[in-house]
Amino acid sequence: MATRAMLGVFRKHSIASRIASNYKLLSTLVLAEHEGGSITASSVSAVEAAKSLSEDNSVSILLAGSGTSLKEAAEHAASCHPSVSQVLMSDSDKLSHALAEPWARLIHLVQQKGSYSHIIAASGSFGKNILPRAAALLDVSPITDVIEISGSHQFVRPIYAGNALCTVRYTGSDPCMLTIRSTSFPVVPISDNARSDAAPIFQVDLSTFDEDARGKSRYVKQSSQNTERPDLGNARVVVTGGRGLKSAENFKMIEKLAEKLGAAVGATRAAVDAGFVPNDLQVGQTGKIVAPELYIAFGVSGAIQHLAGMRDSKVIVAVNKDADAPIFQVADYGLVGDLFEVIPELIQKLPEKK
Amino acid sequence: MKIMVAIKRVVDYAVKIRVKPDKTGVETTNVKMSMNPFCEIALEEAIRVRESGRAAEVIIVSMGPQQCVDTLRTGLAMGADRGIHVETRETLFPLSVAKLLKALIDVEKPELLIMGKQAIDDDFNQTGQMVAGLLNWPQGTFASKVVLDKEKQAVTVDREVDGGLETLCLDLPAVITTDLRLNQPRYATLPNIMKAKSKVIKKYTPDELSVQIKSDLEIVQVTEPPKRKAGVLVSSVDELIDKLKNEAHVV
Repeated sequence: MATRAMLGVFRKHSIASRIASNYKLLSTLVLAEHEGGSITASSVSAVEAAKSLSEDNSVSILLAGSGTSLKEAAEHAASCHPSVSQVLMSDSDKLSHALAEPWARLIHLVQQKGSYSHIIAASGSFGKNILPRAAALLDVSPITDVIEISGSHQFVRPIYAGNALCTVRYTGSDPCMLTIRSTSFPVVPISDNARSDAAPIFQVDLSTFDEDARGKSRYVKQSSQNTERPDLGNARVVVTGGRGLKSAENFKMIEKLAEKLGAAVGATRAAVDAGFVPNDLQVGQTGKIVAPELYIAFGVSGAIQHLAGMRDSKVIVAVNKDADAPIFQVADYGLVGDLFEVIPELIQKLPEKK
Repeated sequence: MKIMVAIKRVVDYAVKIRVKPDKTGVETTNVKMSMNPFCEIALEEAIRVRESGRAAEVIIVSMGPQQCVDTLRTGLAMGADRGIHVETRETLFPLSVAKLLKALIDVEKPELLIMGKQAIDDDFNQTGQMVAGLLNWPQGTFASKVVLDKEKQAVTVDREVDGGLETLCLDLPAVITTDLRLNQPRYATLPNIMKAKSKVIKKYTPDELSVQIKSDLEIVQVTEPPKRKAGVLVSSVDELIDKLKNEAHVV
């Protein structure tokens, strides 16, 4: 039933667009991650990226999981972005944790039915884990961490820790698979009445979903870092500390300042390795990529690998004792000084956040 | 059991790279090359498993031009038992590497493939996931802790994910890709460097492994990222706050 409905949507759409233009029809599958009954902000960015492939693009969101939180997430997905034309919901215990093995099979299954021209995910740990595996099953080369879409098959991505930009063209057969850097595809918030009509939600027919992938990997547990501060990946302001903080105790000053600014806290690899903070706060080539409006770095020297994670921030402020620290070469405002004096002064003098 | 480790020769992580004037790529001649840092971690982990008595042999594999043999020698000096070099001059994208690895795994039959989560040159972060998919083996990506249970034929992996850590249990054979915090790789000692010279490195070509190098990606150009405009040094916190408020309008 769901398959027939899906095909129906395509047929209608494809006839309409063939009349409208001679361009090849694009249809994109967005792999979405959900949490607590709504899809993640980075998944919505992936929809935004799908839109920039072509205005005339039929965008389907693929969701998987089980139970009521999946249903809520599907409803959220159906109305999260004006470009969404349908939501495909895969309800199965096998998919209740985002394991790569069943997910890759699911993508393979959905692609066989839907023949999408593109498959996109945000390049977080979810997309990076799953999409390449699915690409191998489909025998296509995926493209990681796209920051700019310059044509339906031409993309720009950073290489060498962001020290060079590489334009690649995909010349293989469909689907063209990519992960996108969500900070490069910011979502314009839509007003409530812009999307009164939610996109239809279909159940994916999982009757042919093989048992093969099951049992070979099992979810054991998750230990998450619960913080009340905004998510590092999406925060408007990020305050980061490096080795210069000297101890976990001193890192509390950074947290206090972040609180005052309504900011997320980040860290360098040195600070994480020294045990000041957990590793999910790491910003850089191997950690998170952020592009906030304001990035303040305290006691950060500015190694290539760190700069790779924050060089696209709008305004960068650096506070460091060492006037020759490389961070000053990318900072808009630099202050040479002792952070143990500067941070308390900032906390005292900064205006309260609205 | 055998462990296979895939290693890549890349521009040393400390080198400040230069984009070629003709925009075809990054300058790699006369530039210091080393083993990709994530691959070092993968190899270190494999050697530790062997040292704990849970594996008999560590085989390292590298693909690319003749110079990859140097990288393999480094790995042998760290403690790998033998090497395999798949020689090719073509540009290898992860899909081809994954297919070559699968072909080698069909020959060598290791029960564990450990490799880095990404190479620091192309930053793709794909090969491990792709080879796991081709083999239909379970995958433990971005591993920060690996515990092998030989009796249960399973491996428990702590993975670094966006919100913290996730623990998975994988049936062997499996593919693991390593994150930075998994371990601290050792240095090769002089006696081991000498010993490494007599260790075997077997050569293959993609043809011998019946792997077609697929080229469905084309590099159009490589350019330098846009430069940030020069910033200013401020002399006091007051001046900084003033600039952020009245010039940048961010606080």
